[in-house]
Amino acid sequence: MTVTDPRNPTVPPSSRPSLAVWKFASCDGCQLTLLDCEDELLAVADQLDVAFFLEASSASVAGPYDVSLVEGSITTEEDRARIQEVRAQSKTLITIGACATAGGIQALRNTSDVSEFLRIVYATPSYISTLETSTPIADHVSVDFELRGCPIDRQQLLEVIGAYLVGRTPNTPGHSVCVECKQQGNPCVLVAHGTPCLGPATQAGCGALCPSYLRGCYGCFGPAETPNPHSLGATLLEAGLPPDELQRLFHTYNAWAEPFRGAVQVPTPTHRRPATQQENTR
Amino acid sequence: MGGSTLTPATLIVERDGLDALIGELRAQHRTVLGPLVRDGVITHGEVTGIDDLPIGWTEQQSGGTYRLQPTGTDEIFAFSTPSESWKRYVHPPRALMLRARREGPAITVETPRPEPEPVAFFGVRSCDLAALGILDRVLLDPEATDPNYAVRRSDIFIVAAGCSTPAATCFCASMQTGPSPTSGFDLSIAELKGSEPLSYLIAAGTERGAEVLGLLPGRSATAADHEHATAVHDQAVAAMHRTLDAADPPRAAAAPEHPQWNDIAERCLACGNCTMVCPTCFCSSVEDTTSLDGNHTDRTRVWDSCFGLDFTHMHGGPTRTSIASRYRHWLLHKLVTWQDQFDSSGCVGCGRCITWCPVGIDLTAEIPKLARAATEVAP
Ligand code: SF4
Ligand code: SF4
Ligand code: SF4
Repeated sequence: MTVTDPRNPTVPPSSRPSLAVWKFASCDGCQLTLLDCEDELLAVADQLDVAFFLEASSASVAGPYDVSLVEGSITTEEDRARIQEVRAQSKTLITIGACATAGGIQALRNTSDVSEFLRIVYATPSYISTLETSTPIADHVSVDFELRGCPIDRQQLLEVIGAYLVGRTPNTPGHSVCVECKQQGNPCVLVAHGTPCLGPATQAGCGALCPSYLRGCYGCFGPAETPNPHSLGATLLEAGLPPDELQRLFHTYNAWAEPFRGAVQVPTPTHRRPATQQENTR
Repeated sequence: MGGSTLTPATLIVERDGLDALIGELRAQHRTVLGPLVRDGVITHGEVTGIDDLPIGWTEQQSGGTYRLQPTGTDEIFAFSTPSESWKRYVHPPRALMLRARREGPAITVETPRPEPEPVAFFGVRSCDLAALGILDRVLLDPEATDPNYAVRRSDIFIVAAGCSTPAATCFCASMQTGPSPTSGFDLSIAELKGSEPLSYLIAAGTERGAEVLGLLPGRSATAADHEHATAVHDQAVAAMHRTLDAADPPRAAAAPEHPQWNDIAERCLACGNCTMVCPTCFCSSVEDTTSLDGNHTDRTRVWDSCFGLDFTHMHGGPTRTSIASRYRHWLLHKLVTWQDQFDSSGCVGCGRCITWCPVGIDLTAEIPKLARAATEVAP
């Protein structure tokens, strides 16, 4: 069947949306995922004007930007101010990765004493200026879309960019990793081998990468849409996982994400939370 | 049934006969899919001879637990339900439905279909055979035929295999779907457990099955062989302790607000494993993906689960927000409204949803509780 397209399919360069990529407290892994898109990178550059991306090029174009990808969490006073500016300069703001969407591994400080860490790690703690917490971007500014993962999945990133370009909703299901695991045809490592797996509580998106290699899911994509971490935790304990390991499992990449935070009994210093965490916008 | 007098309806073979059967199906250019051990479970995959089959393996299944175990015998069919059903082959997890391409002002739309591929399913359990029958009823409905399914289902040579060793999670006898296949196959194998040498009674269910049977090395079955097969069947039935009383599901449906649903929801992870492993759960969603330049669009059908929020996402949001409402929907559709829709239960008693539920939720344990509650509330 052939029909005629009512739109003009050729996009003149001047009307291409501009893209900026920002880094906050993070390891750069999610930005690297964009650079890792090798084959598709040119196609991305064809559709978007890469106006600001220090990881790829030192050339930069002043804002405003049509779309910003934001990596990293807020851990300093400077960044707390800078994210406001980024938001003001961005028509669409997409956060990428566990740091930006949940505070990342560095959010482990949220339940500990930061000055203690400073004392142990740094020779001269007085040189370090940091907040007591690591918080997701959505705690500070409104976010248009959150892309999960530690790091994010390359295909999902391309899907989000592709969806943005044509103005449709991205296919990033909020259901569990188990659904992807079964689509892949993996046997369940939890049921068949007793291997602790966070898949039932974790949002899909990785293609069930770890269970495909007979490893349990580490929960790097954060909580699924309606997880039941208490029931999963009880089952893992029953299967012989020591309580401290259960805590470590839930409290690694997305320790500060709401349903994982309370999954195991740890004191939650609510007084340290600067603002209420917004619902995942997916 | 085979009508020709030259082709036998039953045959007794040994291992070499089964090997010859796989060889003959492959000689017919069929891809033979059968049970095999992979990643610590018995699942399905391509088999090229009997050495690929789970010889000497069985498994222990219970709510939330599966463990592969050696039998110490050379029985081939001493296991029960493989971890996966045949759903993956007839109704694959991803299927391309539509492909659109834009070139200049023209948009071309294609609806690709899979190529018909001759396959053989080897060692199909009776419950899984019943499940294929259910999928046929749903997906080959003349008024709404799934064209993908129709192609994939069009040329499958089915070799069924009766169960001698049901798992603790099996309840096919109570669902009247097993443990011995009665119809829907080209050939059906019964392993004569304990026979010396270990032999197999093969029965033909179709003319083409009888033709293949005529090519295998073996001898004709005696009355004693048939008695042996019946004894294995009876032992399998006696070994099955799980049941589901057909009168109970409607009673459970009459108690939609019972607190037991919330008790289940406290344990249920909403992970969707039960629906993924169920041989009759056919639900899928449709995904549109576009290339970055917007010139290519693929529409793909993807396995979905009623345990996800998106499953009921409509204007204004999802309608089944609580886990309790999603579990209730799944169970009552499977066991009750399926009857109204498709004239049968949606459950064949394979027990997979019990084994592969990470928290071991067991429908055969929940249904009587819900049913009992209903009768107590409304005597
Ligand atoms: S291995 Fe993990 S992700 Fe896969 S089904 Fe089991 S619990 Fe779910
Ligand atoms: S509902 Fe459970 S026991 Fe019944 S057919 Fe599905 S997986 Fe098997
Ligand atoms: S019943 Fe079990 S397998 Fe099904 S969604 Fe709930 S926890 Fe997952």
